[in-house]
Amino acid sequence: MNDTATASLGIPRPALAKWLPRAEAVAIPLAALICGLVVFSLFLLTQGKSPIEFYALIYKAGFSTAFSWQNTLSRVAPLLFAGLCVALPARLGLVVIGGEGAIALGGLAAAVLGASMAGASPLIGLPIMFAGAALVGGAWIGAVGWLRIRRGVNETIASLLMAYIAIALMNHLVEGPFRDPASLNKPSTAPLTDALRVGDMPIGVEVHWGFAFGVLACVISWLLMDRTTLGFAARIAGDNIRAAQVQGLPVGKLVIGFTALGGAFAGLAGFFEVTAIHGAANASLVAGYGYTGILVAFLARHNPLAIIPVATLLAGFEASSGLIQRRMDLPDATILVMEGIVFVVILLSETLYGRLPVFNPRFWETRA
Amino acid sequence: MTDIGLWGVPLAILGGAIRVSTPFLFVSLGECLTERSGRINLGLEGTLVFGAMTGYAVAYQSGSPWLGVLAAALAGAVFGLFHGWICKFRGVNDIAIGIAMMLLGMGLAFYFGKPFIQPVAPDLPAIPLGWWSDIPQVQAALQVNALFIVGGLLALALHWMFRATRIGLTIRVVGDSTDAARAIGLNPDTVRLLATAAGGALAGIGGAYLSLYYPGSWNEGISSGQGLMAVALVIFARWNPINCFWAALLFGGAGALGPALQSVGVSSGYYLFFAAPYVLTLALLILTSSPDKALHGAPGELSITK
Amino acid sequence: MKPSLSLTRRHFLGTAAAFGGAAVAPSLLPGQAHAAGSLTVGFIYVGPKDDFGYNQAHAEGAAAVKAMDGVTVIEEENVPETNDVQNTMQSMINFDGAALLFPTSFGYYNPHILELAPKFPDVRFEHCGGLWGADDPKNAGSYFGYIGMGQYLNGIAAGHATKSKKIGFVAAKPIPQVLNNINSFLLGARAVDPSITCQVIFTGEWSLAVKEAEATNALADQGCDVITCHVDGPKVVAETAAARGAYICGYHADQSPLAPEMYLTGAEWNWAGVYTDMVTKFMAGEPIDNFVRGGLADGFIKMSPLGPAVSDAARNQFEATKAEIMKGGFAAIKGPLKDNKGNMIAAEGEAFVESDVALESMGYLVEGVIGSTS
Repeated sequence: MNDTATASLGIPRPALAKWLPRAEAVAIPLAALICGLVVFSLFLLTQGKSPIEFYALIYKAGFSTAFSWQNTLSRVAPLLFAGLCVALPARLGLVVIGGEGAIALGGLAAAVLGASMAGASPLIGLPIMFAGAALVGGAWIGAVGWLRIRRGVNETIASLLMAYIAIALMNHLVEGPFRDPASLNKPSTAPLTDALRVGDMPIGVEVHWGFAFGVLACVISWLLMDRTTLGFAARIAGDNIRAAQVQGLPVGKLVIGFTALGGAFAGLAGFFEVTAIHGAANASLVAGYGYTGILVAFLARHNPLAIIPVATLLAGFEASSGLIQRRMDLPDATILVMEGIVFVVILLSETLYGRLPVFNPRFWETRA
Repeated sequence: MTDIGLWGVPLAILGGAIRVSTPFLFVSLGECLTERSGRINLGLEGTLVFGAMTGYAVAYQSGSPWLGVLAAALAGAVFGLFHGWICKFRGVNDIAIGIAMMLLGMGLAFYFGKPFIQPVAPDLPAIPLGWWSDIPQVQAALQVNALFIVGGLLALALHWMFRATRIGLTIRVVGDSTDAARAIGLNPDTVRLLATAAGGALAGIGGAYLSLYYPGSWNEGISSGQGLMAVALVIFARWNPINCFWAALLFGGAGALGPALQSVGVSSGYYLFFAAPYVLTLALLILTSSPDKALHGAPGELSITK
Repeated sequence: MKPSLSLTRRHFLGTAAAFGGAAVAPSLLPGQAHAAGSLTVGFIYVGPKDDFGYNQAHAEGAAAVKAMDGVTVIEEENVPETNDVQNTMQSMINFDGAALLFPTSFGYYNPHILELAPKFPDVRFEHCGGLWGADDPKNAGSYFGYIGMGQYLNGIAAGHATKSKKIGFVAAKPIPQVLNNINSFLLGARAVDPSITCQVIFTGEWSLAVKEAEATNALADQGCDVITCHVDGPKVVAETAAARGAYICGYHADQSPLAPEMYLTGAEWNWAGVYTDMVTKFMAGEPIDNFVRGGLADGFIKMSPLGPAVSDAARNQFEATKAEIMKGGFAAIKGPLKDNKGNMIAAEGEAFVESDVALESMGYLVEGVIGSTS
């Protein structure tokens, strides 16, 4: 066998080195997804229910018609943002689990700013609300990073505690100082004017702009992480803080910057919930997206691009929950069981990376 | 009933600390054990909820709440074994598996728990430690569940175990360095498997306390994140079982502040009072942390603190 | 109804069938849910439908609709008040052909029903909460009941039962519907003995088991010996109160099975009649009012049977007042009456009858209630 640029089957070696890892990153989770669904099928069979019917309903409710896609995609936006809030700090080795709080406060900030600019044109009002939500969310999670660097406070517990504090603060402000007196039985901030609402994208189904911005946020984050020196520095710091410090990397600034950026994205989830869905801030902002985001980020292995398909898959599962309840007479928790099983199997499959000979360039060479 | 006025507040905090802290205590002791072996199981919230459901269901079917506790512990141990077994594989992230298993635990608990939302299961009995007082409120506050006492003793026992026993030493060595453990002939995977299983069992008991004693009923909102919070409290407690006990007491007591203040007429800003446990814990955490000894007491192999 | 954990024969047969006949699963066929000439009605709940409370009351109403001829009922529980409920409603319309929807949670109305109703002019949205205004879509409606009257009757039972002259109320949030219940409860008790006070504790959430238990304990610590509540699922409050030796007045649904000895009575929703009525009208093509209200006399609410702890004197006053309310035009809030900050809310001779719309924006707690509205 010669050692030049070409390997067997006419595929150049650099191409193999480039594409095999990518194929691996797609094939392993997909195979694991299928395995997970098979395992869940066994569970369904013990319950006397048909797996084929079940999966057909998921397809029908989540992915078949235009409405199915609307049902799925309209659930994706907050998961993208919440996932980024976990994934970005995770690249630095930080486990931030408090995105829920930044969503609540970001949404509140957008609503309060919007209510104070009732007559404003959307061109002025929306950017200010957008920036306000991002700033508040960024400051809240950035503070977690700051506490970590300056005071050595563990970010996992700090972010969780601060999430509960943020939600209490939001509830207090919504029922107290910022309450619209006309919001009688559901205390809310003053309703936004129609001009300050974010509408649906012109794609034929009702999915608001949060989806496009969420996808954009994932792409930007990926570029930042994989294509800039800043991202490179962050990954070094994530692998080994000491080494990063020895190399003179500004670890403190990186930690604060990336936690703040993640928080800003979580704040934007709140912005879109308020401007596109609720039209005001109220207790409905606390819907658990922040916690689902943790799962999304870990399933995506903290890769911002992978967050998009993972969030979409999860949204599709959630979208089908209703139809499954109604058609198969299964409890609403069935989807939770399926998600649990499927995700455990997918995460377990991570052990296969680098172990399957088929994804090793040598496998193809020895065939020559 | 005697009118105790403002004395109701400290009494409620004491009573609340005893009543509310037990799930935190069991879950955090369990997680402490797991984390000292170098693994983190973030999924104990799911174990707690599944334990709550199993405990309630078995107590209802059998008529014996203690059988329910046992079943919850067994169910928790199964979850722990599963987590421990999966995390043995190279490249599997223990935090991520924990989160997925949290989902699985809650899903299974809600799925199988539907028929048990309505029935009433027998509660665990309480020990009246307030017999010496004539004041009914004091008697009520000192209605102590045996599990609380067991939890306190367990904290002491674990502390002693880590300090002075061979098992404790083994767990600590494995937790501090996988390589060192292997070098002296220990099997880190087995130690972690058992530590995670034991941790799961304790979390299951914590859940059974919720459904079988306080608040003493099964429904899908029975846990308001106690399991997740308790896992975080372990970091706050610096991986020390005795500190876990105090942290759980602090958390339970501070949680009683909101309702107690309202009961004596202080009710404006009640959301902020309800946030007291979180604010207090965060403040203490910030005060007791310092950048130099950031993770004093942290097991060296713990992924969350590396 | 002891559920069995064992794998039953039926289970096994089901499993076998699942292997075999899955290919032609009927649920996948289009239009399965609405055969010709029949009506599909969708019910959406914010929590579990067997919560001994708000959702159970609605589910009992749905069960009555289910028993009607030519009606298919579809249900979904645990649907949050987010975009999810819009998706659920659309899913019921698109996939099941639902033509009449009962989204039963208060927060489903604005913005979710208001958003969807104009897009589906042929679908009728019937919401519980009493929110419909004249500018809202004509194919939407919002109904509610004067359940404050039920709490007033609860108060009468409580007024006779209390020895400490202190009664307690575990409430979710200080909003008009809750404040009206608290005030009515105390005023009912004060109709028995004007020296009675009512302690209120807000939990801040509609469903939060541990906090509800803590609130109940805090009330018992302060000597409250009759306790009622306004949270989504009163199970925890009822059980905790009974364990502390306090009497219970129920809410939303009948909680007497939880503590038969300590249960005095309860203010229950009676949706079965309301729902079957609406469905009958809808099927006959008759119009349904957009703004629907009703009380005890209209069969919107009912009282749980009086418990064994209710004395004869209590029973007499309870029945007499109930008869009074059944006549219509009863007022719990009538002058002279001050709020608990000393402001006059009803002058001498002034009265707010149960149907007075002003009560729906109540923002005060009456004199004798210990607690504040913010």
